[in-house]
Amino acid sequence: MSEPMLALTGVHTHIGQYHILQGVDLTVPRGELTVLLGRNGAGKTTTLRTIMGLWHASRGALLFDGRDITQAATPDISCAGIAYVPENMGIFSDLTVRENLLLAARAGEPDTARLEWIFGFFPALKKFWNQAAGTLSGGQKQMLAIARAIVEPRKLLLVDEPTKGLAPAIIQSLIAAFRELKAMETTILLVEQNFGFVKSLGDTVAVMDDGRIVHSGRMDELAEDRDLQQKLLGLSLDTHQ
Amino acid sequence: MTTTPPAATADAELPRLRLDTPPLLVLPILALLALPLIGSFPTWVTLTVAGLAMGMMIFIMASGLTLVFGLMDVLNFGHGAFVSVGAFTATLVLLPMQGWMQADSVLMNLTALGLAIALAMLVTGALGWAFERIIVMPVYGQHLKQILITMGGMIVAEQMIHVVWGPDQIPLPLPTSFRGVILVGDAAIEKYRLIAVAVGLVVFAAMFLVLNRTKVGLLIRAGVENGEMVEALGYRIRRLFVVVFVAGSALAGLGGVLWGLYKETLTAAMGADIMVLVFIVIIIGGLGSVGGCFIGALLVALVANYTGFLAPKIALVSNILLMVAILLWRPQGLYPVAKR
Repeated sequence: MSEPMLALTGVHTHIGQYHILQGVDLTVPRGELTVLLGRNGAGKTTTLRTIMGLWHASRGALLFDGRDITQAATPDISCAGIAYVPENMGIFSDLTVRENLLLAARAGEPDTARLEWIFGFFPALKKFWNQAAGTLSGGQKQMLAIARAIVEPRKLLLVDEPTKGLAPAIIQSLIAAFRELKAMETTILLVEQNFGFVKSLGDTVAVMDDGRIVHSGRMDELAEDRDLQQKLLGLSLDTHQ
Repeated sequence: MTTTPPAATADAELPRLRLDTPPLLVLPILALLALPLIGSFPTWVTLTVAGLAMGMMIFIMASGLTLVFGLMDVLNFGHGAFVSVGAFTATLVLLPMQGWMQADSVLMNLTALGLAIALAMLVTGALGWAFERIIVMPVYGQHLKQILITMGGMIVAEQMIHVVWGPDQIPLPLPTSFRGVILVGDAAIEKYRLIAVAVGLVVFAAMFLVLNRTKVGLLIRAGVENGEMVEALGYRIRRLFVVVFVAGSALAGLGGVLWGLYKETLTAAMGADIMVLVFIVIIIGGLGSVGGCFIGALLVALVANYTGFLAPKIALVSNILLMVAILLWRPQGLYPVAKR
């Protein structure tokens, strides 16, 4: 088995006086889509922010592609090859769609072929290329946030609840985009509560509760095991759809 | 990569992007309202040009400060130190070159002034770098400490000016070519005020171009809106902040030279004195907004000039009243920056 793209070992994170992550052990296999599930407040977003260095782990270790990033600064982590799509999308509202993508393309102007590939999923971005991002709809902003993360090849994508509040039609284009990224063997760590969205996408799954990983395994096994769903999440995952 | 993904359907028409014009209209409305109250067109022209000149100088001093606040949430109450230091540094060139300043040659006047401005901006830029590293950096994210330590820094700078240049006021006469007035009909317009307006416009245009046409400018605008996301894209926002801090300090130094020539007298406290107006301007404009800062500076200066003529007794509070009125209309300023 090849070395995982990302491995968290006994990670603790404090935010002020609050002890949010309480020993997270998580492995993200290379070239797979890993889904992080859990109820609100379980620590999923904190896990992603800790990986990005936006909050630093107070204990434990984070290894990315064999490199220790536990205390690395956010720009270094980003430059090492991790792209991050936060829950609030982090779009620069005062900048145009083009300017948002230009900033994400650190090598200079975005590659034209790759842009056309992205426009294939998200044609709205091409249509509103010179429009201020703040005027886009919620779904279009989410497309822009994901486009920004993939405008250049990255080793790992961290995506926080991309379907939150989106219409089913837009979710379908996100599914298509993630399938394409999977086909390209991009490693993805996806936080999501919409099980219908991730059930067919995920290769591996980890379930969080109270700042710890309480289950990890193959997604298809969890999807088929209703008792396990009941035990881990308190209800059948089908009801999350 | 494959090339035939399904098309997304979320490409409905967007609302058309509209220029937020009401704040822009406030300026001409204010000027037009003042005209019948003043009663004399030449006097109105003189007051309006004086207000525009004063506004441009305040804008130059305030523009860096508003970006510093927007980018790193830093309250720098010591910004006035750069104004004073800039003005006093200019005397190191202007006083020894009195002959050039008093010569009846535009070229010699401009050369002396250009050298003085270059030195002032260089020194205040370097001072800004040291100020940020030594005084501001240890108190990132701590507003109360920022206020106390930056005010302390300004007091230290003022005392250092006293040590170097002495406690007395220093006269700073205008270059010969910039003295006098231009008559437009019956209206007398001071030449220097026109020059101040021109310099202010050049600075605004330069800032506009940098912020909108360069990647550094994009990063600054993005950083003002969401610094955390800029870092997550791989850029070191603190380095960017240092650049902005140094540029803002150098601009304050330029503003100090212009302001000193406008007043024709330098005091160590001149920077601290103008800071009240500078803070009103950046609050009115919307913290972090350069465009708002520009409109706010012109508004503040026009109101100060008009009320100084019409009702001198309320001139001192006129800008506070203006700020209250603007904030009642737009609580986050004329052009609020979209924040995360």
